[in-house]
Amino acid sequence: MTFIENVINIITKYHTLLLDGLGYTMLIALTGTIFGLIIGLLTGIIKTIPMSKSPILKFLQKLVNFIIACYVEIFRGTPMMVQSMVIFWGYAFMNDGNTLPLIPAGIFIVSINTGAYMTEIVRGGIISVDKGQFEGAYSVGMTHWQAMTNVIIPQVMRNILPSISNEFVINIKDTSVLNVIGVMELYYMANKIQTMTWNIFETYLIICVMYFIMTFTITRILRVFEKKLAGSDTYTICGSQSDPNAEIRVKKEKEEFR
Amino acid sequence: MENVITLKNLKKSFSGREILKGIDLEIKKNEVVSVIGSSGSGKSTMLRCINLLEDATSGDILFHDKSVIEGHIDINEYRSRIVMVFQQFNLFNNMTVLDNCVRPQTVVLDRSKDEAREIAMKYLRKVGMAEYINARPAQLSGGMKQRVAIARALSMNPEVILFDEPTSALDPEMVGEVLDVMRELASEGLTMIVVTHEMAFARDVSDRVIFIDEGVICEEGDPKEFFENPKTERAKAFLSRFLN
Repeated sequence: MTFIENVINIITKYHTLLLDGLGYTMLIALTGTIFGLIIGLLTGIIKTIPMSKSPILKFLQKLVNFIIACYVEIFRGTPMMVQSMVIFWGYAFMNDGNTLPLIPAGIFIVSINTGAYMTEIVRGGIISVDKGQFEGAYSVGMTHWQAMTNVIIPQVMRNILPSISNEFVINIKDTSVLNVIGVMELYYMANKIQTMTWNIFETYLIICVMYFIMTFTITRILRVFEKKLAGSDTYTICGSQSDPNAEIRVKKEKEEFR
Repeated sequence: MENVITLKNLKKSFSGREILKGIDLEIKKNEVVSVIGSSGSGKSTMLRCINLLEDATSGDILFHDKSVIEGHIDINEYRSRIVMVFQQFNLFNNMTVLDNCVRPQTVVLDRSKDEAREIAMKYLRKVGMAEYINARPAQLSGGMKQRVAIARALSMNPEVILFDEPTSALDPEMVGEVLDVMRELASEGLTMIVVTHEMAFARDVSDRVIFIDEGVICEEGDPKEFFENPKTERAKAFLSRFLN
């Protein structure tokens, strides 16, 4: 059999497995990114609470910040594949061999891993917001939480959206490591198909293309979304700035040249 | 008359350097107090200490004779009573002009949206910004931003407004529009503490002038008298630099 026949054969025979795998991959990557973002927002908000003056609260704050720092360092500093094994089998070890249901386990692992990265992304986003925005909010009597949810986080979200998209795309690819605990995502399905057909190259090439189509389209969609969110105060400078004769004009988004 | 704000021997150091070296000050209801002095004299720091944006190193701040520093008063409630207008405006960039004035009311004062909107519109009209309620801060000029910031402060119906060099970041032609608004507020009996470099404003509008130099109140008194007959050498030197 030739290459093309093999590919067609795999697709016609196993497309339900492939599409199921694709669906689970997207499900885990998307929910994992969303939960990871929520974790990141919460830890980011907690980490930026101004230090309390009362010694007990100050100690508690430092303790919580230390725990968050440990969490971030551990989950950023170890491979997600290893984390999957430790969490999944660790749970089984402590619960008389009962394992977690696979898809929720996968979502949990991706979320907690993404959360570690998001913590740093959100913290960077909060720091990059002008200090005057905090002072404006505090000066009218807002609490840290009120200032964060009403004023700061909306601005942070806009600034970190490219990083969030990036995390999402990384997660689409990285869910493949969940095959080590048997989550039925795309890579796991390919592995299964490969043992049945022995067309190893063709099978993995197919999912390779599938992964790329997913990440590519998602990237494009998110880029459009980012542009929309950036809104009216994005400017593009038209004309070469190194050309002394060029007329430099500023084009406002969605506006014609003046 | 009752003191709204009292400062008692207020000191503030930044990494060992003492900026405020013991300030005693009493602000009475309906009083307009201008605080002047050269850059780095500590006048903005004093204002930021009053709003608790900076923690005083020692001394006390009393609000209606209750200590703010010792925690007898809820800090956020206190701040909503003595709101601040900043040199850099500090409008919320993610909100429209109207939302800038409405959201603090609904969030901090628990006012209903309709009520907050009505109050916000009243003050936006007062500062002449009612036509721009849907604009974003980025689309406004400096003078417009500062007028919105004043409307935001007024919307909280505070007892005192602290002005921290409200015209220092403005182009000269926009200073007038902001000072006009402030003049009107002063004439209506709002209690104001104004840190400023606008000597004409300090002289004509305020009830009392405070001259701060090197972290202490060097001279204070009636504006006419201060500007015509400064008593201390330092005030004389400062004024002669300014008037020439």
